[in-house]
Amino acid sequence: MNFAVLQFPASNCDQDAVHAIRVLGHKSRYVWHKEKSLSDADAVIVPGGFSYGDYLRCGAIARFSPVMQAVQQFAANGGLVLGICNGFQILCEAGLLPGALIRNRSLQFRCELVYLKTLTTDSPFSNLAPPGELLRIPVAHGEGCYFADEATLAKLKAKRQILWLYCNDRGEATQSAAPNGSLWNIAGICNERRNVGALMPHPERACETLLGSADGRLIFESMVRALEMRTEAQAA
Amino acid sequence: MKAKIVITPKKAVLDPQGKAVQNALEHMGYGGIQAVHVGKYMEIEIDGERESVRKQIDEACHKLLSNPVIEDYHFQLE
Amino acid sequence: MNLTSETKVTPELVRDHNLTPEEYERIRQILGREPTYTELGIFSVMWSEHCSYKNTKPLLKGFPTQSPRILVGAGEENAGIMDIGDGLAIAFKIESHNHPSAVEPFQGAATGVGGIIRDIFTMGARPVCAVNSLRFGPIVEEEVSLHTAAAPRGKGAEAAMANGRLQMANNKRLFAGVVAGIAHYGNCFGIPTIAGEVYFDESYEGNPLVNAFCLGVLRHEQIARGAAKGTGNPVFYVGPATGRDGLAGAAFASQDLTEESAEIQRGAVQVADPFMEKLVCEACLELLATGAVAGMQDMGAAGLTCSTCETAARAGTGIEIELSQVPQRAPNMTPYEIMLSESQERMLIIVRRGREDEVKRVFEKWDLPWAQIGVVTDTGRMVVKNHGQVVADIPARKLADEAPIYQRESRPPSYLQEVRGFSLDSLPDTADPVPDLKALLAWPSIASKNWVYRQYDHTVRANSVVGPGSDAAVLRIKEDSLPPVDENPKSEIRNPKSEKFIALSVDCNAAYVYLDPCEGGKIAVAEAARNLACTGATPLGITDNLNFGNPHNPEIFYQLRRAVDGLAEACRAFEVPVTGGNVSLYNQSPAGPIDPTPTVAMVGLIERPEHITTQWFKDEGDAIFLLGDLIDLKDPLFGLGGSAYLRRIHRLKTGLPPRCELNSEKRLHDALRTLIRAGLIKSAHDCSEGGLAVALAEGCLSHQVARDTSRLNGASIDLTEFPAARLDALLFGETQGRVVVSAAPAAALEILERAKVLGVAATRLGRVGGDQLRIKTGRRELTWYLRELHDLWWNSIARAMK
Repeated sequence: MNFAVLQFPASNCDQDAVHAIRVLGHKSRYVWHKEKSLSDADAVIVPGGFSYGDYLRCGAIARFSPVMQAVQQFAANGGLVLGICNGFQILCEAGLLPGALIRNRSLQFRCELVYLKTLTTDSPFSNLAPPGELLRIPVAHGEGCYFADEATLAKLKAKRQILWLYCNDRGEATQSAAPNGSLWNIAGICNERRNVGALMPHPERACETLLGSADGRLIFESMVRALEMRTEAQAA
Repeated sequence: MKAKIVITPKKAVLDPQGKAVQNALEHMGYGGIQAVHVGKYMEIEIDGERESVRKQIDEACHKLLSNPVIEDYHFQLE
Repeated sequence: MNLTSETKVTPELVRDHNLTPEEYERIRQILGREPTYTELGIFSVMWSEHCSYKNTKPLLKGFPTQSPRILVGAGEENAGIMDIGDGLAIAFKIESHNHPSAVEPFQGAATGVGGIIRDIFTMGARPVCAVNSLRFGPIVEEEVSLHTAAAPRGKGAEAAMANGRLQMANNKRLFAGVVAGIAHYGNCFGIPTIAGEVYFDESYEGNPLVNAFCLGVLRHEQIARGAAKGTGNPVFYVGPATGRDGLAGAAFASQDLTEESAEIQRGAVQVADPFMEKLVCEACLELLATGAVAGMQDMGAAGLTCSTCETAARAGTGIEIELSQVPQRAPNMTPYEIMLSESQERMLIIVRRGREDEVKRVFEKWDLPWAQIGVVTDTGRMVVKNHGQVVADIPARKLADEAPIYQRESRPPSYLQEVRGFSLDSLPDTADPVPDLKALLAWPSIASKNWVYRQYDHTVRANSVVGPGSDAAVLRIKEDSLPPVDENPKSEIRNPKSEKFIALSVDCNAAYVYLDPCEGGKIAVAEAARNLACTGATPLGITDNLNFGNPHNPEIFYQLRRAVDGLAEACRAFEVPVTGGNVSLYNQSPAGPIDPTPTVAMVGLIERPEHITTQWFKDEGDAIFLLGDLIDLKDPLFGLGGSAYLRRIHRLKTGLPPRCELNSEKRLHDALRTLIRAGLIKSAHDCSEGGLAVALAEGCLSHQVARDTSRLNGASIDLTEFPAARLDALLFGETQGRVVVSAAPAAALEILERAKVLGVAATRLGRVGGDQLRIKTGRRELTWYLRELHDLWWNSIARAMK
């Protein structure tokens, strides 16, 4: 599979995403923010970092870059788009995902491993998550507190768009399990059409046991699986 | 012309910064504080016909300068 | 010659620039005339301690700086570079930002991180990790009362306590601000802050220490030089416009500045822009890959002044710049201000003539402001023009390399007499070690620093194999750790052999250095080396940051001289060269000088991933050993001198610190590495502050699995075979050269036998298991519940900072 990893000024997890995809045996290429086309990409990753210094608001300036117009089009055509951390913020700002990410309740940046509970495997980002098992993946953000108004939250729940919750080691979504004060402990969501997903934790930093966890692979492998199924369906 | 823009967090949105400032003020002995909200203030120097400037600034506020999901804005032209 | 001086140079002005009449005379001799105001400013910053090492150069010559691995040695360039095999190299350096952080902790610390990152990519290396060493005044009441122990009771004591609380609030403000500033810069830049140390002591009140370290990786052929080579080559400026930032930090002349002075003071705080630095870094690495760059230098301390004269001096060329071409942020800046500004994130780039377009293309790709400001000449002079008029014309080499050198007077501090006279006779043995250990684990200098490092992104770049919270951090080097080899970064693998593991530790027990500067200096190096050995690493080299008080005070200079002696002796013993570093003097507040703090950052190499070892106990039933002697019986204080136990429990900072036997220490490290490489060791943790009891407790407590989830592993220890004269010395003494290791029970015999052959004492202490730490001594059986200990250790800093 061919992944396009976007590069904004001061993206800083772009290399990590490329590395993770390489570890999984797939191809990836960088797409500079001034480019207007994603060419032959099968999926797009909007990586973490501090695009445009996170000035004004996280992700606010990046959404207006030329490449994001291409991503809008790609998503509208049903292409798979995964946002990670700053990428989640950008996708929310761009209106590709509902809600917004605001400052951590502690007012401090948080970098640590967290447990994630997968709420649904019915998405291209979570289809391989083993039921009942938690994922252990690092977070590293200062503005990862998910917010949405009540109507949006209700819709997210009803349409099963909430993919991951922060939880403790027993799988309970307790208040203290969320590193940022997220609404309902939300760590990751997808859009209604289920082709655009995002999460604050960094699966690309958890793809090798050497680094303490390889649980992040499941998310990328889920995407690959979804793409393969699509190809099979098209062939059939 | 100068546009003075004030952006504030929506009432329903958690404002941990405002809360922290409120706590600090209370610790310093300032009484009667009901709430503190921390927002942003921007100045844009711009030329043009007043009504079209107003339109432009309003659009910029909506599109870029604020995030309508979590923020409100108002501005004045001077 | 007729030069333009915007202000007349008077003896007062010379004094305000911290130049002595003799130094001024020397300037006149070099120039053959009176300096202009701009030249005076230029000399004053270049001849400051920060740029010239005029008070410390003779001392620094004592450091060993050679090793077959050295590619760029100490003092040659912005940072030293060492070979790590397979054509790869690392560049690393530590630098202080103490005074700026005291004035404005957030921006001061942030710009400190920015400055050291720039030093690294200036060498052509990609910065891959950051480390820091921090010191603040006390943040908990227990320590504040140290001040008042001698104060009268009643009203005086109350006032002292109130003052202490005020100080404490300020200490917390500085601590929180510095940590947030480091986090802001490193996190945004995207560099993992992977290790560090934080100590709290009243000597740092009002004068915190902020030492920032950065390490970068490159291929041998990618080393860039800060030299203005090639007459006729254009000189480029890249980065944000120059403002009046940091003028007060250099040599700030107070007179002649009336109306403007307020404006300048306000502008004096340097503001950090990590976003800009990230772009400048990526652009510079891409630029170097084009081959169009002849030389590169960052504008750090003394900004444009230092970068222009040093590049010319290194190349033996001259340089001529036109200030009106320099991008300026503030209106009406004078040549003096432009030359001395310390605006951040700026670089000076010497471009090969004819290849300007390639350079401009890269700047434009990254949307960076740039300007062509001058040209390399063959005159050997640094010529500064402003709108065509010459405002400075100085022989570059004399300015950069011929600052006056001073042999300062040195005298043993009077307090040392009292220190040497301290004996344990006056000190009753511990009545109950149970609360003592709890107090030590909760003591902020020993307690877990998670409140700090959870604010730092320590996992970005996906290389952090061992993060903060073990003896030393371990970072993987892989293909994407390297700078690009061509302009357009690609994603395929080029050099599969590039995967390597670097271990890092930063250490200094300043109380030891205060009590015995030479021994303390040795211990700083020995502890760093021991920490590396515990992870399985072989030391490569060190960079040091000498933080001391005013060198004009002979007692302070004695501390400096003897500490350097100790550092140098230990470096020779461990065969680690010093690759560079930083000297920060005049660290004192009205209350007095800081404890002498020669921070040592040591870098080591681990060849294979399976040798990477962490400090926490692993599995129930594993055997626990001590490598090294349990107590140094030749030490009359049994390791209690200068110990955390004396300081925290008895509120005493006295007694000669434990002795550092370099030969046996080296033998221990070699033995430990041998055992690790034989696959026998599951965990290794050195005994430092708090002695054996704290080391054991940390072995039980420090395995953090995820947020709010720690894996506690109890231990049962039997010390009944050691009839110690004093229980406090047995448990909390800080005898050097000791490491607690754990291993599978089946490996126990082999470990004991091998240790014997390797000439290192090895003692079986007990086993891993249960939910308590239990220590049985000849006199008592002690029990601590891990849940309680963990809470004290893990949360005490967060509680203090609430």
